[in-house]
Amino acid sequence: MFGPLNVDPLKSKGVKTGSWRTLLRPHYLHKECIACRMCLMICPEGCVHGKEKNAFWADYNFCKGCGVCADICPKKDIVMVVEESKGEEK
Amino acid sequence: MENNPLFRSGHTACAGCGQAIAARLVIEAAGANTIVANNTGCLEVFTTKYPDSAWGVPWIHSLFENSAAVASGIEAALTYLGKKDSINVIAQGGDGSTGDIGLQALSGMLERGHDILYICYDNEAYMNTGVQRSGLTPFDTNTTTSPSGASSSGNLRPKKPVPEICNAHGIPYVATASAGFPQDLTRKVKKAISIKGPKYIQVHVPCPLGWRHESNQMLSVAKLAVDTGLYPLFEYENGVLANRRQITPKPVEEYLKAQGRFKHLLNNPEEIKKIQAIADNNIKKYNLRLEA
Amino acid sequence: MKEFVEGSHAIAEIIKTCQPGVISAYPITPQTHIVEDLAQLVANRELNSQFVNVESEHSAASVVLGASATGVRVYTATSSQGLFYMQEVVFNIAGMRLPVVMTCANRAISAPINIWNDQQDSISLRDAGWIQIYAEDNQEAVDFHLLAYRLAEDKRVMLPVMVCMDGFILTHGMETIDMPEQAKVDKFLPKYQPLYKLDPVHPVSMGLLADPDYYMEARFAIQETMKESISYLSEISSEFNAVFGRDYKDLLVEEYYTKDADKVIVAMGSVCGTIKEVVDEQRAKGKKVGLLRIISFRPFPYARIYEALKDIPKVAVLDKSVSLGAYAPIAVEIKAAFYGKKKGPKVISSFVAGLGGRDITLDSVHEVFRRLNAKEVNSNFIDLKPELLKEEYGE
Repeated sequence: MFGPLNVDPLKSKGVKTGSWRTLLRPHYLHKECIACRMCLMICPEGCVHGKEKNAFWADYNFCKGCGVCADICPKKDIVMVVEESKGEEK
Repeated sequence: MENNPLFRSGHTACAGCGQAIAARLVIEAAGANTIVANNTGCLEVFTTKYPDSAWGVPWIHSLFENSAAVASGIEAALTYLGKKDSINVIAQGGDGSTGDIGLQALSGMLERGHDILYICYDNEAYMNTGVQRSGLTPFDTNTTTSPSGASSSGNLRPKKPVPEICNAHGIPYVATASAGFPQDLTRKVKKAISIKGPKYIQVHVPCPLGWRHESNQMLSVAKLAVDTGLYPLFEYENGVLANRRQITPKPVEEYLKAQGRFKHLLNNPEEIKKIQAIADNNIKKYNLRLEA
Repeated sequence: MKEFVEGSHAIAEIIKTCQPGVISAYPITPQTHIVEDLAQLVANRELNSQFVNVESEHSAASVVLGASATGVRVYTATSSQGLFYMQEVVFNIAGMRLPVVMTCANRAISAPINIWNDQQDSISLRDAGWIQIYAEDNQEAVDFHLLAYRLAEDKRVMLPVMVCMDGFILTHGMETIDMPEQAKVDKFLPKYQPLYKLDPVHPVSMGLLADPDYYMEARFAIQETMKESISYLSEISSEFNAVFGRDYKDLLVEEYYTKDADKVIVAMGSVCGTIKEVVDEQRAKGKKVGLLRIISFRPFPYARIYEALKDIPKVAVLDKSVSLGAYAPIAVEIKAAFYGKKKGPKVISSFVAGLGGRDITLDSVHEVFRRLNAKEVNSNFIDLKPELLKEEYGE
């Protein structure tokens, strides 16, 4: 007999940590972005996606609103705005 | 990196966790052909709570202090199976599980010459159990088991020089890195993976909760640690200091001011002088000063 | 093929036929000869194994844990303090359902420090979730390792197995052993097919945090598997007999002249050889005595013990270990087998002997039979030297 043991990551759903945001969320202005990818690199959640200039976005299902992406953006193209709704999908 | 996330969203790290950033960068630099052995700690707890797992690579957690030994077993098994050359093995843990309780297992792994990369996520205390002091807690830090008070200015012992200890084992590569310098960390991981033998990288990772700073200050705090000389970034290759990040040193007070864990020092110039001395020592030892 | 060899060497030879991929151990008397012989076999290219010389037993167990998780057959061996040092890893291996096989060369526990044989070490780890089988002689010690791998790696089991053999008595004793040949071993023991393993082709996470909503079922599953293993032991014993021609019956107990006995000693390990000699001698004189030898200590075969002893009026349990502050470990289990049942011995007396390697002689066994009478005793020490004891401390 076997009980809870190992987990297949592909079957793992994770927690919708976007619901943790209560104060601020990152707003991607899509104006001065140079696609340096630093926001994508630095996100602790790995929830920033994108390839082309002015086309990076955070998955608000998981974004915790930590603000590090806004802090690292060399063009200040990400601003932290007041949280309106939680867990909205892109 | 995005189609097959090796470190998936949906983990329960604190917002702005330096260790989450570093762990993600490490595994993405190492790639999908990697097996990870992890010590008990924040990283293990927030990435793998049954039935969820954030790891897109094969991953194992056994106990608090033995990832280096477990990884040694994985590496031996892969060698037996003839697969070692195509699969990377990473052992990782926090500063406490690496430099204190796990130092023996780490030393054994280094001495035996296994082809394993060891990553130490250094947030300078036992964070997962409540910010208790570890051997790598810096001098004068306020932690729950080295609190500042009438008779103490915090942790009264210097930081254990684990990278130096690893280097003394005669391994091919030792480096320090920081979550505040993500591209540097990625470069160092990729470089380490390409070397055969035991490697050690110690990553300075701010902990907003334990260090008491805002989550969006993670980068600036990490950078200040490096720019004051308190956390030198360097690489040892085959025992020789091959590289270091040169700085125009900032006064340590800027770094101390940015975190609640040093608040008790701000009106204590005597102690700040001692910490400045530590930074100056590092600057001299590793030749960190950027010549104009 | 029959060989006259030291027990440790025979163990090394049988492990060689099992072809583990990774061997890792830390030296501790009296296990040393086993791993030294294995190291020599690897160095001579007679055994293709990764031999990892670790810096502690904790790491030895961790290395075999990691290697087993990577889908490879593994082996380790230890004794006494070494087993205690690796204790948390031992529990971890069982909890993670990894089929590790370990030889425990039974040795006394410090303090005081003592390198000679008793069974305190493995018995102290009885709660770990490892299957524990105890050998009486070196032939059994050899055969039990084959049975251990077969049982551990069974897809219905996936639990680690500890083969316990008395240190020095068996490890350093020389006996004639019928060493199983490679061809027959290959017939009995198939290649290890892991149910789960660390492999980038199919990533899996092992060793997760299980909160109160999940933990209990994981432990329940091991308990159920232990119960199921009682019948699997009989199953693989028949398979073994078919290939090697040695019958270990149900691998739970051995009944030696217990059928009509008035007095039976229950014991475990090499001391049973001595007890059998006394039983033979007594039976020749017409005395109805017998021995019930326990082979499987975990899972503990309560039902089988009940069947074997329910009509025996007086039972003496001989423990080569002690649970300080309570009844002796095997005695406790024997008593539990009869509690609340319709039949059972009128007297179950518990004796402790042989701690720290003190010889259990024919006279010692006679003494046990002598003290086994209408008055039940508990944790009664045999061959104690009262002149070494004093009420107050003084140099």
